[in-house]
Amino acid sequence: MAQHDWLGLKQELPRRRQLQLTVLSFVLPLVLWCVVSYVPWVWHPLIHITDPGAVDYFSEGLDIPRADFYKELAKAKAAGQALPAGYLVNPVYLPAPHKVACAFYTAFKTPPRLQDEPWLHQSLGHSIRTIFLGFLFSSLAGLPLGILCGSFRFFSKLQEPFIEFFRYLPAPAFGALCVAILGIDDAPKIAIIVIGTFFQQVLVISNSVRKVDPALIEAAQTLGASGWKIVRSVVIPASITDIYTDMRILLGWAWTYLIVAEVVGTMSGITLFINQQARYRNFDNVYAAIAMIGIIGLSTDMFLAWLGTILFPWKRKNRRSLALKREWFPLFDRPPVKPKAIPKSESEAHVAERIETA
Amino acid sequence: MSPNELKLPDYRELAPAVAARFEKIRQRPVILSIRDLKKSFGTNGSTHVVFDHLTTNIHRREFICAVGPSGCGKSTLARIVAGLDEASGGEVLLDGQAVAGPGPDRGMVFQGYTLFPWLTVRSNVMFGLQMSGKAPNTAEAEAREWLDMVGLSKFENSYPHELSGGMKQRVAIARALANNPRILIMDEPFGALDAQTRCQMQNYLLQIWKKVDVTILFITHDLDEAAFLSDRILVMGTNPGGVREFIENPVPRPRSAAQFISPEFLALKKRLEEHIHPPVETEAAEKLPMIKLTEAGDEVE
Repeated sequence: MAQHDWLGLKQELPRRRQLQLTVLSFVLPLVLWCVVSYVPWVWHPLIHITDPGAVDYFSEGLDIPRADFYKELAKAKAAGQALPAGYLVNPVYLPAPHKVACAFYTAFKTPPRLQDEPWLHQSLGHSIRTIFLGFLFSSLAGLPLGILCGSFRFFSKLQEPFIEFFRYLPAPAFGALCVAILGIDDAPKIAIIVIGTFFQQVLVISNSVRKVDPALIEAAQTLGASGWKIVRSVVIPASITDIYTDMRILLGWAWTYLIVAEVVGTMSGITLFINQQARYRNFDNVYAAIAMIGIIGLSTDMFLAWLGTILFPWKRKNRRSLALKREWFPLFDRPPVKPKAIPKSESEAHVAERIETA
Repeated sequence: MSPNELKLPDYRELAPAVAARFEKIRQRPVILSIRDLKKSFGTNGSTHVVFDHLTTNIHRREFICAVGPSGCGKSTLARIVAGLDEASGGEVLLDGQAVAGPGPDRGMVFQGYTLFPWLTVRSNVMFGLQMSGKAPNTAEAEAREWLDMVGLSKFENSYPHELSGGMKQRVAIARALANNPRILIMDEPFGALDAQTRCQMQNYLLQIWKKVDVTILFITHDLDEAAFLSDRILVMGTNPGGVREFIENPVPRPRSAAQFISPEFLALKKRLEEHIHPPVETEAAEKLPMIKLTEAGDEVE
């Protein structure tokens, strides 16, 4: 019954179908793009001139709006002059899928126009470095502060109201300030990413930490844990999976600040590449570069999701499905020691102590 | 036939063996002493007193059950003894020392399982031992012993989410007992389990209790459970809140399921029923003004 139900409300789909739908989610927009690009009567508002004929302002290679072309064509026909010829095209800012696909390869192979300009892979590397450093610095401060705020009301009340205010200030607004203080190279860019990420990070993480089941803390208290021991051995492990998910989302956030950050000071990284290619009207390269950001982001996230299943084995639905063993990554749990043979007499004495001969 | 129609003995009548057992218990040292305990909610103006002047002594290795209707404060009592809630007045003495805040000398088993999901079963049991600073190897050996005792050695490397409810609760009991607490407080520990598992767990608990030097304060709303497990039953009530009666359980030990229909058991049960469901209330709720919505002749009874 459930096997046939594609649209079951809140129902889990079989793995196969999930995969099919995942593929489809990428294929659908691609098909739409192909239709617009390859089916001549869909959109195609321009005509690419191959032969200007007798029309004096037409020249070969020019894109002319359809209406103008047909008007001139009719005029030329009426006058009995040489007819202009051409074919339907889309505007240059919407390249066809195959051109963008080629650009994925050629963009890496094409040397920069000027000697001191970076290659594409250098631009990408530069961007990734900026993101990584920005996120690292933000996390170094944001993670401990978030956990503190989530664990202790004292820190929460001391920090969060100001952070709440500050997170409404748009990070790019600090661009000029960052340049004035940190110069025009990478430092202000990293600072923008830190400003954009840090304040959200503290709030989101402290919220996740606050969601820890208070019953777990009470259980730990009745087992003799108190103060920092509770934070270390209950609060952090209990919220670590949520914090990990938060960090993944925040990393995506950092990417959105990247483009803004890279125009601060001297333009750099992937933003520089995109802007230059747009100026040269190589829009296929522009699309390829934008898609690369998406691919890097998505694959990082997928990698982190996979890493999560190894780091947090207790969240795994079926832990035998993965070849990697928990024992290799003892995050909070110590790996089991081979059972040491307890001398029989000793263990019996241990129990006997508690048994009352009633 | 309901217990009301049976000729039942007085629940206060104790068989000589049972009376002798209670005499022996009374001679044991007092572990937990509750003095004039009071709990109220709300600030000045509109305060709701849950219970007041609660005074009682619990002896070493006694099995005490607290029963009462919801809202009578039996869980609150357990939490105060555990140190998780603060009393509004009076004090709780454990071995003569006033209780302040939670500590490892009072183990607690909660209704929600509260096992640490990120730790394996063995590490859960080791938790308290490591908190008290035991060497990991000693803690591990002891944890294994405790898991043996609750019959879960096979699952020591499993995670809590891989266990059934009854098994989780056995781990929770092992975890609490591993600290060698003076008293084990159990707050409706089997409330979330199905009837069969609950019955099984009650038997496990009695077996464990026999083997371990621990006093048990067991909170429940299940009267059968209270009558089956306890030495004495603390009956609490609402409006006004407080202790109604502290009954010495007349059912002899060792306990078995066969005793559920013994006269002592039924007499005790009847007495508990009278406390929890006063006869007036049930009468009023009996008849429902229901319009018949089925065809004539289509009767279910």
